[in-house]
Amino acid sequence: MDQKEQPGRVKKAMLLSIIPGLGQIYNKQIFKGVIFLLIFIAFVIEMITMGFGAFEGFITLGHNSMDDHSLFLMIEGTLQIIITAIFILFYVINIRDAKVIAKRLVLGEKINTTAKETLHAMSDEGFPYLLTLPAYLVMTVSIIFPVLVTLFMAFTNYDFKHIPPASLIDWVGFKNFYSIFFLSSYRATFGAVFSWTVIWTVLASTLQICLGVLTAVVANQSFIKGKRLFGVIFLLPWAVPAFITIMSFSNIFNDSIGAINTQVIPFLNNIPLVDIAPKPWKTDPFWTKTAIIMIQGWLGFPYIYVMVSGILQSIPNELYEAAKIDGANAFQRFKTITMPMILFVAAPIFVTQYTGNFNNFSMIYLFNNGGPGSVGGGAGSTDILISWIYKLTTGNAPQYSVAAAVTLIISFIVIGISLIIFKKTNSFNMEDN
Amino acid sequence: MTLKKTVKRQDFWPKVFTYLFLIILSVIVVYPILITVSTAFKAGNVSAFTLDFGGKYTLRNFSRLFEETLYGKWYFNTLVIAISTMVVQVAVITLAGYTYSRYRFIGRKFSLKFFLIIQMVPTMAALTAFYVMALLLNALDKPWFLTLIYIGGGIPMNTWLMKGYFDTVPIDLDESAKLDGAGHFRIFWQIILPLVKPMIAVQALWAFMGPFGDYMLARFLLRTPEKITVAVGLQGFVSNAQDQQVTLFAAGAILIALPISILFFFLQKNFVSGLIAGGTKG
Repeated sequence: MDQKEQPGRVKKAMLLSIIPGLGQIYNKQIFKGVIFLLIFIAFVIEMITMGFGAFEGFITLGHNSMDDHSLFLMIEGTLQIIITAIFILFYVINIRDAKVIAKRLVLGEKINTTAKETLHAMSDEGFPYLLTLPAYLVMTVSIIFPVLVTLFMAFTNYDFKHIPPASLIDWVGFKNFYSIFFLSSYRATFGAVFSWTVIWTVLASTLQICLGVLTAVVANQSFIKGKRLFGVIFLLPWAVPAFITIMSFSNIFNDSIGAINTQVIPFLNNIPLVDIAPKPWKTDPFWTKTAIIMIQGWLGFPYIYVMVSGILQSIPNELYEAAKIDGANAFQRFKTITMPMILFVAAPIFVTQYTGNFNNFSMIYLFNNGGPGSVGGGAGSTDILISWIYKLTTGNAPQYSVAAAVTLIISFIVIGISLIIFKKTNSFNMEDN
Repeated sequence: MTLKKTVKRQDFWPKVFTYLFLIILSVIVVYPILITVSTAFKAGNVSAFTLDFGGKYTLRNFSRLFEETLYGKWYFNTLVIAISTMVVQVAVITLAGYTYSRYRFIGRKFSLKFFLIIQMVPTMAALTAFYVMALLLNALDKPWFLTLIYIGGGIPMNTWLMKGYFDTVPIDLDESAKLDGAGHFRIFWQIILPLVKPMIAVQALWAFMGPFGDYMLARFLLRTPEKITVAVGLQGFVSNAQDQQVTLFAAGAILIALPISILFFFLQKNFVSGLIAGGTKG
């Protein structure tokens, strides 16, 4: 091939690829070209028969109630967006393919032209895609699609007053977000729920991490007898399903007949100088909050304890010996050897403790149903964002769109914080070579 | 001699505090569990949830669960959902984890990052969307829909962990097998897969235990009493303040907690090593 032809040929292949397949046919890959062309035609037909209608329905969300079901239109539109996104991805690949093959042709390299060769190359190169396909399919149905729908729903007025097909849903832009941040009734609730969510997350997670690390360090001292027994006992809270524990604790903390008020506090009062009155664990917001933070410490410390015990055993003893010789006391040895080692390995696990508690629905909902009392907007005094969403969605007067907007806000917070921390600690780094 | 004595005296108080700490913590851990266990065997009309060894003991609460309530059905429903979740999720994440560990293909880095980010989206928070989807697919009260959500929710994170574990298997093994003429499938199935069995066991257990622990989605998507899971069913025993059946609750709780705890104790070593290996290798 003439070298002068090079730029012209590549450009021409790419230009022809504006209609997928033509570039490949021009590159003498007839079989591949025909397949690409068929995919393109299929997409065009899909767009004409359904796609444009779906987009139109998505934009208007219907004209007459009863005839048009806004939810259906929204779901169809979302599906169409996914289909279109996949087609755009294919389109980019098509142009890239035409360019790469044309370049190779110009350089005189061998390319696949027959159907058999093409199929063989596709099954070989396509193997990794084929193996990851199931993961993507399931994730599309159970994560990507719902998250997209939630995203869209946050910009509508879908609530108990607008339930299709009896009435239409409309796009309302940022109104829900505006209400959450500026409208007095929602703003007060959101402020109260959000600040408690943050306090809860920080206190409960920090408590369970500190308790876990402390237990691991104390229980792993060399002189202790019965290590295995203590180990098994400390694992129990992790081994029993959390919902059982929480429901049990909900009864144990009962104000009038629960074990804490009728057994534990009277027992503690036998100790000299200790004098505690029974506490309104389920009826006073402060004591409910105290109770759930303590229970979460109980529930969460074994996981950290086990993890840190594993890490402790991997620290070489020579490090401590050397530190001892240098005159470091026990606390200094902990600060300069043990703690950095634990943080190095377990930092990402600690992060998941915080994000986990941020969305710890069971703890809040099963202990006292988010109560006691109310802070307005359908939220109780111990409701965190996720349990508030649950109530907004399942209550007597569901506020689907506001719930969706709160969901988006949660997601942004969790993703943002996790990304920053993962970047900082360099965990989950992208190795590649 | 005197030196030894002073060393011992120095060690005395730290040792006492250490044991005191361990014993008090053990009591705090065991106490609520003992309450639940003892309540499960109590005869008669019990309403208080306290530790009390007086009174009569009986196995009647356990038989009542199966005679008077739908507990057996709930248990069966939960098992079906848990086993399907386990089988499908493990198959999917093993394939995907293997692919990301062994193959270099266009879009690999991008999709790994995509998994990492999507893993942080609190799936369980997309409640409204699940509700709408269930309405439109006529999937309210259908276990398959719930199962699908459980499967999908675990895929991103567990694919990462799986990939991390596959990375610890030396790639020389694949290469020598390739030289011997083994194909993609044979390398995966006969050579690599047996080496990651511990991690597969761990993932299978997590996937199995997940549906047992979930209350929110099960409560939300399953409606009729015959179709609910144990978590939702048990909550019914204690949620109504006027009509609490704490002995039934405790008996039901033991029937779930016992097998799961036993499984857990046998496999906990694998949990930890698997999590550390899968998580930090990245």
